[in-house]
Amino acid sequence: MRDNPLFALFYVIAPFSLLSIGGGPAIFAPLQHESVDVWHWLTAREFIDLFAIARTAPGPGAMLTTLIGWKLAGWSGALVATLALFGPASLLCYFAARLYDKYRGHEWHTALEEGLAPIAVGLIFAGAMSVLNLSGGRALTWIAALAAGAALSFRPKLHPFLILGAGALLFVAMEFAGAGV
Amino acid sequence: MPLNSGRVPLASIFRVFFIIGATSFGGGLISWFHREIVTRRRWLTEEQFMSGVALGQVLPGPNVTNLAVYIGQRLRGPRGAAIALGAMLTGPFFLCIALAAVYSEAIRIPGFHAAMDGIAAAAIGMILRLGWMGASHSCRKAAPAVIALAVFIAIGILKWPLLAVVAVAAPLSVALVWPKRKPQGGGGDA
Repeated sequence: MRDNPLFALFYVIAPFSLLSIGGGPAIFAPLQHESVDVWHWLTAREFIDLFAIARTAPGPGAMLTTLIGWKLAGWSGALVATLALFGPASLLCYFAARLYDKYRGHEWHTALEEGLAPIAVGLIFAGAMSVLNLSGGRALTWIAALAAGAALSFRPKLHPFLILGAGALLFVAMEFAGAGV
Repeated sequence: MPLNSGRVPLASIFRVFFIIGATSFGGGLISWFHREIVTRRRWLTEEQFMSGVALGQVLPGPNVTNLAVYIGQRLRGPRGAAIALGAMLTGPFFLCIALAAVYSEAIRIPGFHAAMDGIAAAAIGMILRLGWMGASHSCRKAAPAVIALAVFIAIGILKWPLLAVVAVAAPLSVALVWPKRKPQGGGGDA
């Protein structure tokens, strides 16, 4: 059965759905190990390319898994990989959210929501940090990210497309200027 | 800011999540969610959204799909959760495959790779902005600010395990805002 690529995809990916805490960055390293070193589904270079594609295309960076499935077994591979990664975690999250929601309105639930907010803030910055590290840690990436954040703080009504487009223009301009920042 | 009361139609959930999924180039979905669901439509309060963020990160699996399930469930139960998740993933499913299919040609366009990097960098900026907004909302007092900073340093810089850090920080943070109870009145909890 493990010779069947669809079964293998599910067998390798589904555990990540329930074992990876902390989202994308917690998934990428072990996924790279499994798909490149253990199963030889793709080369290290192909993995990096797919990572870059999933990161730039709209949607969650974890769509990298979809691309691995597609590379290995076409559309059905893409579908199986997507379901394997998002299915189990989403089901678990649904039941957790429902349980959490059941106590809405209780005093302590309000306290829980209020108390979790600073935790979420810390986690959001930590998440931004790990994506910055994944993107190679170039100085230009840091500068662009901080500038984009500052621009949105001063002009909250700016459409995100303008910010993303400005980021693209900046990087292209720097490349053509030959600046190795 | 009052919440937009009343039942959110499933079709609206589908539309919002589909558009976010299909247009969030470079990632940064969490900040798109916040923009559409808290700021523009007021479907959730800041606290409800942020506790969903915390829940989505602590639970296993991709954070943004967890958050979508949380929001959908909160708005319209199981159907809301299924629609939010499915709508969000439909666009990216086809778009990332389309991009992968043309990638080997696209990569030869001068500046293509740089543009991809620039989009991803700006998307990180959107996340920084969301963190900053959250901080200015929930960290106005010293104690929550210290907790947020400690969580960031422990996970983002020291790379300590997320679950262990949250297991220590969350009870502390919640205890700080725990409603004061009358002495010996604690028997009512089921």
